[in-house]
Amino acid sequence: MLYSPKPMHIPDGFLSIIISVICWAITVSILAIAISKTNKSLGEKQVPLMGVMAAFIFAAQMLNFPIAGGTSGHLLGGALAAITLGPWAGMLVMTAVIATQALLFQDGGLLVMGANILNMGLLTAAVGYGLYRSVSAKSDGTRLAVAGVAAWLSVMTGALFTSLQLWLSGTARLDLVVPAMLWVHALIGLGEAVITVAALGFILRTRPDLLGEQSVSAQGSRGWVIAGVVIALLVTVLSPLASADPDGLNRVAADLGFINTAHSGSGPLAGYLVPFLANASASKILAGMIGAMIVLAIAFLAGHTLQKKTQTASNNK
Amino acid sequence: MHFDAFDRFHENESFIHRLDPRVKVVLTVAFILSNALLPDGAWTTFALSWFLLLFANALSNLGLTFTLKRSFIALPFALVAVTVLFSIPGNPLTTFHFLMWDLTITDAGLLRFVSIVIRSWLSVQMAILLVATTRFPDIVHALEHLRVPSILTTIIAFLYRYLFVLADEVFRLLRAREARSAAAPGLKSGGSVAWRAQVVGNMAGQLFLRSYERSDRVYNAMLARGYTGHMQTMNPHELHRVDFVTLIFAILFMILLQLAGRL
Repeated sequence: MLYSPKPMHIPDGFLSIIISVICWAITVSILAIAISKTNKSLGEKQVPLMGVMAAFIFAAQMLNFPIAGGTSGHLLGGALAAITLGPWAGMLVMTAVIATQALLFQDGGLLVMGANILNMGLLTAAVGYGLYRSVSAKSDGTRLAVAGVAAWLSVMTGALFTSLQLWLSGTARLDLVVPAMLWVHALIGLGEAVITVAALGFILRTRPDLLGEQSVSAQGSRGWVIAGVVIALLVTVLSPLASADPDGLNRVAADLGFINTAHSGSGPLAGYLVPFLANASASKILAGMIGAMIVLAIAFLAGHTLQKKTQTASNNK
Repeated sequence: MHFDAFDRFHENESFIHRLDPRVKVVLTVAFILSNALLPDGAWTTFALSWFLLLFANALSNLGLTFTLKRSFIALPFALVAVTVLFSIPGNPLTTFHFLMWDLTITDAGLLRFVSIVIRSWLSVQMAILLVATTRFPDIVHALEHLRVPSILTTIIAFLYRYLFVLADEVFRLLRAREARSAAAPGLKSGGSVAWRAQVVGNMAGQLFLRSYERSDRVYNAMLARGYTGHMQTMNPHELHRVDFVTLIFAILFMILLQLAGRL
């Protein structure tokens, strides 16, 4: 009851050795940079700050709200951690959370922990922080709206990369796992977005200094904006492509030596892939981008309403 | 909150409990690696791996089925692997109709699926045994000895220490929400989903501020007690001969497993 496992945590046995090792290599090199960066910016204060904030993310994941039919929404926290603590500290905090979930609760494996940290800790922080930072000079409402989109996209990024790793390991079929994971997480991401925006709104109302230009959270450079936007674009392009043209991606993976060519569409089942291919992949990508823009527009509207609420709240004081 | 509400450690006196945490961490990872390296369909070797696991269970004095009873946590994830049943070309076993697809289960697909589930099931059990026989601070300390950067292990140690304090905060917040969420009989309680999510968001924001301010107080208290950026430990772990012997024999057994799996 105290701890419930969350989706997206890959258990051991589901990723191949090669993919696990590649993910560990990426994760370790990014973490090495993160450690040296936070050492410089936070110094000896980093241990209590990041330690307690890691416990915060862990505890905040226990907050939930009923949606319908016994399901409930809750926070993953990657974007929130990066926006409030800065990208590098956010990454270290998320790494500690994911490591503890795997070590203490077996939620996520040990050998595949590199992949789990990459998907849920590093990519979510980069997307969440990068997009948020791109509007850091704008009004509170815009910042909140973009934070919401960033939180949603950070969950989608994690889900997409998780499914790609599963597919490259030969554990799942590309044209089924990507849409399934993305649909589930599109809903989970909505909860993430609303909670993140509301939490940030609360912090802006009560302790705006923590999110101001002088705070630790504003220490990321412009490079983060580029990284965040590039990853977000990659996700927008890759998600529909993976479901629309699985053969194309299968071929790329086979050329790179990740999967056995025998796995791609040469078997007796290749025939029923055709209905998927009938839709041109370009139109699907377009549809994905239009969808992303609609979400962006909704989030902007929501952000403006929130901003008005914030203003009336501060006027009433 | 009671301190062991999250703890998965089972107080007991056994050979496994007494082993050095480093040896246990290394062997757990080696066991998971060994399972991952075994080829699909190496049934005898999977069975031998399972015997090693049962043997470790028996040595831990927790009961042969201790880890088995707790091993179902990874099962829901097997859903994603269901897709390999249909995706690997091979001799068709059975075909059924699902929504708009005709799905054919092949023998090669079934072989792969069962292998994946067995690997995951064996691996998660060894990890369960590790935390059941090792105190969490000892695991973290072992990680530090195994060259995990000390900043990360210290953050994890802090996370574990303050988790209980912040969980108490969460329960206070949840209780407060519960107390304010009265509903008249026959009427639906609470607002829309978005409203409920916003309430949780405010709770998360509140929790953030309380945690942030607590970290400041903790930092000042640490400074007052002479903190210089390094954590001291009073529990230096020492490797004894029995640790080395266990390590060598277990690793040898896993190498034999690898050889047997490739015959």
